[in-house]
Amino acid sequence: MSIELLIVQLLNGLQYGVLLFLLAAGLTLVFGIMNFVNLAHGSLYMMGAYFAAWAYNNPIFGIQGSFILAAIVGIGGSIILGIVVERLVLFTLYERDHLDQVLATFGLILVFNEVARFIWGPSSYYMEVPEKLSGSINLLGIDYPAYRFMIIGVGLLVALGMFLLIQKTRIGMLIRAGASNATMVGALGINIKLLNTLLFGLGTGLAGVAGLMAGPILSVQPGMGEPILIVTLVVIVTGGIGSIRGAFFAALIVGVIDTIGRVFLPILLTTMVEKSLAQAAGPATASMLIYLLMAVVLAFKPQGLFPVKHG
Amino acid sequence: MNLKAWSACLLGAASLLAATAAHAQSPLKIGFIATLSGPAGALGQDQYDAFMMVVEANGGKLGGVPVQILKEDDQLKPDVGVQILQKLIEREKVSLFTGFTFSNVLMAQSKPLADAGVFAIVSNAGPAPLAGAACNPNFYFTSWQNDMQSEGMGKYGTDQGYKKVYTLAPNYQAGKDAVAGFKRYYKGEIVDEVYTTLNQPDYSAEISQIAAKKPDAIYVFYPGGMGVNFIKQYKQAGLLGKIPLLSTSTADGSTLPALKETALGVVSGTFWGPDSTNPVSVKFVADFEKKFNRIPSQYAAQSYDAALLLDRAIAQVKGNIADKNAFRAAIRKADFKSLRGPFTFNNNGYPIENIFAFEVAKDAKGRVSLKTIAQPLTAHRDAYSDKCPIKP
Repeated sequence: MSIELLIVQLLNGLQYGVLLFLLAAGLTLVFGIMNFVNLAHGSLYMMGAYFAAWAYNNPIFGIQGSFILAAIVGIGGSIILGIVVERLVLFTLYERDHLDQVLATFGLILVFNEVARFIWGPSSYYMEVPEKLSGSINLLGIDYPAYRFMIIGVGLLVALGMFLLIQKTRIGMLIRAGASNATMVGALGINIKLLNTLLFGLGTGLAGVAGLMAGPILSVQPGMGEPILIVTLVVIVTGGIGSIRGAFFAALIVGVIDTIGRVFLPILLTTMVEKSLAQAAGPATASMLIYLLMAVVLAFKPQGLFPVKHG
Repeated sequence: MNLKAWSACLLGAASLLAATAAHAQSPLKIGFIATLSGPAGALGQDQYDAFMMVVEANGGKLGGVPVQILKEDDQLKPDVGVQILQKLIEREKVSLFTGFTFSNVLMAQSKPLADAGVFAIVSNAGPAPLAGAACNPNFYFTSWQNDMQSEGMGKYGTDQGYKKVYTLAPNYQAGKDAVAGFKRYYKGEIVDEVYTTLNQPDYSAEISQIAAKKPDAIYVFYPGGMGVNFIKQYKQAGLLGKIPLLSTSTADGSTLPALKETALGVVSGTFWGPDSTNPVSVKFVADFEKKFNRIPSQYAAQSYDAALLLDRAIAQVKGNIADKNAFRAAIRKADFKSLRGPFTFNNNGYPIENIFAFEVAKDAKGRVSLKTIAQPLTAHRDAYSDKCPIKP
C-alpha cells in the first residue's frame, strides 16, 4: 500500500465527511436547539439536488447550464421550501413528543419522494460538473477529480462560516441561548418563533448546499436522501446532539472511517481468511464500522464527543 | 305455430346468437406484471410500452383474438408480486402472464405460477435456478439467462487481449452471478474482485483503488442509479477512455437518458442493440421512436419479442390457450419473426442467442445510443440448461 494512495483515500474520506457535515449541521441545530426530530431533512437535501439540476437543465432568463444559477436556485429553493414546510406543518409539532414528530416527518419523506417522482419521473436526473472543474488534478501521480476538491473547499468554508455565525454574531448568541433555555430567551422579549424559523431555514439551506454539491457526482433520484440521512443521524449522535463543532469533527471521522474501511478492510481480511469469504464479508463489515464507532462513543461518552451544556 | 310463438322463438334464437357472439368477443386475459414504479420503473415501463405497441398495432388483438391486458406493478417487492399474481390467477382467472422485471420478484412468483400451471412469458428476469433444476415447461424467456450477458463481456475481454481485469459489482446475488459469468469466459487474470454495498452512491474510494492498480480493463455490473453514479464518477476521475470500462446492465436504455455524453466509450454486452439491421428490429425502432420519442431499450425489445411470440402462438391455437399442450407446443416452436433474427428456445425455455458487444456512441441523428462493435458469442446457450430435466 503506497502512501500516495492512502492520501488520496483520505481525501475521499474528507470529501464524504464535509458532505455529511453540511447535512449534519442543519440537522443537529434543529434537533439540539429546537428539540425537534426532522427525518425529512434528507428529503430537503434531495429537493435541493433536484432544484439545482432542474435549473441547470432548463433555460432560466435565457441562461442554461450555469452552475452559479443552479446554486442560487438549489440553495434558495430549499431554504424557501424549508421555511414553507416549517410554517405550514412542522411548527404545530414542536410541543408534541418525539414519536409524533418522527411519524409526521416520515410522512413528509414519502410525500417528497412522490412529488419528485411525479415532477421529474422515476429515472435518475442529470446534472453535469461545471466545465472548469470537470478535469482532474494530478496529485502525487494519481488523478483526483477537481470537483471533489471544490466540495472539500466549500465544506470547510461553510464550517468556518458556521463557527463565526454561532460564536461571533448576535444571532449566534441567541441561538446558543435558545439551546440552553428557550423559555427564558422568550421571556426576555426575543421572538423565539421567528428565531426557530430562521434556524430551520438555515438548516435546510445547508441541506440544499449538500444537494447541490452532490448533484453532479450522484444520480439525482427519488429516495436519494434516506441512505445519507441515516449516516447523518449517526454523525450527530456521535458528535453530540446540538453541537456544530461535534457535527464537524464527527462528520470527518465518520467519512474517513467509512471510506478507509471500505477500501482496506477487504484487503486486510484477505490476508487472514480465504479470498472468497473476505470478498463477501469485507463490504458487509466495512459498512458496520461507523455504527460500531457510534456504539463505542456512546458507551464511553453517552452525550457524544462534544456534548452541549444545558442549563 | 302462431305468430306469437314464432316471434318468441325468433327472439330466443336471436338472444342466444347474441350471447354466443358476446362469448366469442370476451377477450383473452393476459396478466402483465412488472416493476413500474421506483427508480427501476423505467424498465417495466419500456416492457409495457413495447408490448402494447404490438397489441395496438393489431387492433387490440394478439393472434387474431381480442386481448385484455391487466397491468400490475410489483413495486420491486417479492411479496407484492406474489399478492398481485394470486389476485389475477384466482379472481380474474388469468392463465397467461408476461412482463417480469426482476429476478428476485420472479423467484418468489415462480412457485405460485408453477402451482397454478399457468404460462409465463418472461421478458426480462432470468434467474439461474429457473434455467437449471427448477426449470418449468410453462415458463419461457424472451430475454436471456442473467449470466449470458456477462459471459459475452468475459469473452470480449479475452478477445481484446486484456491481461488484467478488475471487477466491481454490488454485494448481492445478481452482482455475484454477473462476475461469475464474466469469469467463466474471461481467460486473463482477475486483479481484484470488489463487491460494494448494494445501492452505495459514491465509488470514489473504489475508483482510486482502480487508478492505483492500473488494470487493462474493468468489468462492472451496476444496474440503474448505481450505474449512473459509477460511470459519472469514473469519468470525473479521468479514467474513462484510459482504462476500458466493460459492463452489463449498466449503460443501457434506462441509464443512458441520464448519462448522455458522459457515458461515451463505455462498452456494454447484451443480445440486441437499436442499430440492428434486422428488418423486424428496424421497424420496431422506427415505430417506437415515432410513438414515444425515445430510443427503445433492450427491455423494450425483449417485450416486443414476447408480444410477437404470443401473437403467433395464440394464432396457432386459435385463441384456445386452455388446451395447454397445444399452446405449449406452439410457444416452444417459436416460429415468429424476432427482432434478433432466427429465434430458438433451449430445453429450459431460455433463448439460444448471439451476444454482442456495444459501445456507447452517437447515432446518425447525433443522439447517444449503443453501437454494435463485436459479436463475442454466437448461438450461445446458458450454463445451467444441462441441469434442467426437460428434454427438448
